[in-house]
Amino acid sequence: MTSTSPAQQAEKHVAPQADHSDAARSWVRRIAEGRAWLFLAGLIICFEAWSRFAFGTTFVLNPFNVQSIAIFAVAPLLLATGQTFVIISGGIDLSLGFIMGLAAVVAAHATNMAGAAIPLPLAMLAGILAAVIVAGVPGVINGLLISRLRVPPFIGTLGMFGVARGAAFLLAGGTTVPVQNSWFALLGNGRLYGVPYLVIITAVFVIVMHYLLGQTRFGQHNYAIGANVQAARRAGIDIKDHILRLYVLSAMCAGLGGALYAARFTAGAAQAGEPLLLDSVAAVVIGGASLFGGSGTILGTVAGALVIAVIQYGLVFVNVEPFWQFIAVGVVIIISVLIDQAQRRFSGARQDD
Amino acid sequence: MTSAEQTVPLLEVRNLSKHFGAVRALSDFSMVVRPGEVVALAGDNGAGKTTLIKAISGVYHPTAGEILLRGQPVAFATPQEARDKGIETIYQDLALADNLTIGGNIFLGREPMRKAFGFLPVLDRKAMAAAAKETMSRLDFHVSRLEAPVSNFSGGQRQAVAIGRAVYWDAQILIMDEPTAALGVPEQRKVISLIHQLKAQGRGVIFISHNLQDIFAVSDRIVVLRRGVQAGERKISETNHDEVVKLMVGG
Repeated sequence: MTSTSPAQQAEKHVAPQADHSDAARSWVRRIAEGRAWLFLAGLIICFEAWSRFAFGTTFVLNPFNVQSIAIFAVAPLLLATGQTFVIISGGIDLSLGFIMGLAAVVAAHATNMAGAAIPLPLAMLAGILAAVIVAGVPGVINGLLISRLRVPPFIGTLGMFGVARGAAFLLAGGTTVPVQNSWFALLGNGRLYGVPYLVIITAVFVIVMHYLLGQTRFGQHNYAIGANVQAARRAGIDIKDHILRLYVLSAMCAGLGGALYAARFTAGAAQAGEPLLLDSVAAVVIGGASLFGGSGTILGTVAGALVIAVIQYGLVFVNVEPFWQFIAVGVVIIISVLIDQAQRRFSGARQDD
Repeated sequence: MTSAEQTVPLLEVRNLSKHFGAVRALSDFSMVVRPGEVVALAGDNGAGKTTLIKAISGVYHPTAGEILLRGQPVAFATPQEARDKGIETIYQDLALADNLTIGGNIFLGREPMRKAFGFLPVLDRKAMAAAAKETMSRLDFHVSRLEAPVSNFSGGQRQAVAIGRAVYWDAQILIMDEPTAALGVPEQRKVISLIHQLKAQGRGVIFISHNLQDIFAVSDRIVVLRRGVQAGERKISETNHDEVVKLMVGG
């Protein structure tokens, strides 16, 4: 019974053949994947040319400009880092803006209170820690709502958007909370060899998150869940646990963003992250992630956040009315999505021949 | 050389029943799968094929009856337990993560790690790619693009990846639910040839299909289910399409 018939042996020759790589296709893919960096380069060249032509001065070679853009990008990038994880998993976190505000207020209060009892540098650390931990609370609630109670991420986090907003304003007493801590102010405005501390902290944090997404099981499972939840579940991945951790992670990113905001302005404000929420989503999308989940990278998001920061700062620099910023960022988002779709069509998601 | 009938069956199902309230989805059903044997499971929609494979793969707990693995009675609390014992189900909708590589899919949920710089745990992508290459070549499937996501591959190739995952984790019994249903004709033939490979490696295959042509091309025996009971069992060499259809619809 174990011998095979001639017909069966003939069948063996029709074993599946591997796909042959197509140079043109892979080039299109590479360009599409790196489009955020291309955008960034194009924008910098445009602003440089504009600046030299109109004002006879350099744009990008001026260290002050570079510093300002980097500082500009810090808060949206921190939100966008967490958002990248969430969007890759196929979800979205709309509560990040006000979680950041809540964290900023908590950081201010906690630093002040701790400052009365312990040395200022320790009080500063306590404030940052308190901000990140308190930010984790709405993250836990988001995660439980989405993973256990099957609330769609859009609605669950929209609800939390309101809750965090109210909580932040209540905690702040409807006003901004000034911080009395010289160390905290130094953290927010000091520099190391000309590089602002905020930028250094953010860069280190982003590298850690890049590692988490690209090199760990958590990151790998995040991609798998975004592509095919069923497959991930059947492979034995604990989806509920993963989703919970995911939203806690993204909320804590916003928490760090809030703490650094409080350091930069030496005050905590409930509305700190309000305009940054959509910027964070935009940075992720410009960076190459799909809102349907399954794709995206932290480096892409970094480029996306820098694109937005360069547009915002650059347009002010060349003295264009600030309202053009919104139009420019909006256009970049749309072009980015169009490139993504064209690339998918050209590469052919799959060919059943 | 012993004939297949004399070896200990890989899997034996004895008098298995599964009732959902008053509905008898499966009653007193028995079958065996021997090493290197492909058993086709045929039957109309609602005949109990899905109930049977879910009972075997640990999704359902049988109401009555026994499942024996190499002669030992087993009871699975979860599909994971069945998988750990070497029973792998390959679903119709593939259950692959399209954005991951072949290696990523094979190792999904149990990724190998290595230490970078001597301390930092990172995914061992090299090991995953090497295992993927080795596994796929065992299925006579030679891939050059181990870095590409599986979405780049055709339906038959993706089916091969799903089978490859089962082979890598040393599944002894593969339950394949309509593996050719979503494929074009050339791709169907590739999958059929993959099943021949599994057979040659001494694994047992339970093959569910509506396509009698596929069943006759690949199976050793066919078991027909009708309304939850076994309607007949035939050696493929001793039966024909007409008889199988008669068994399926009754008459």
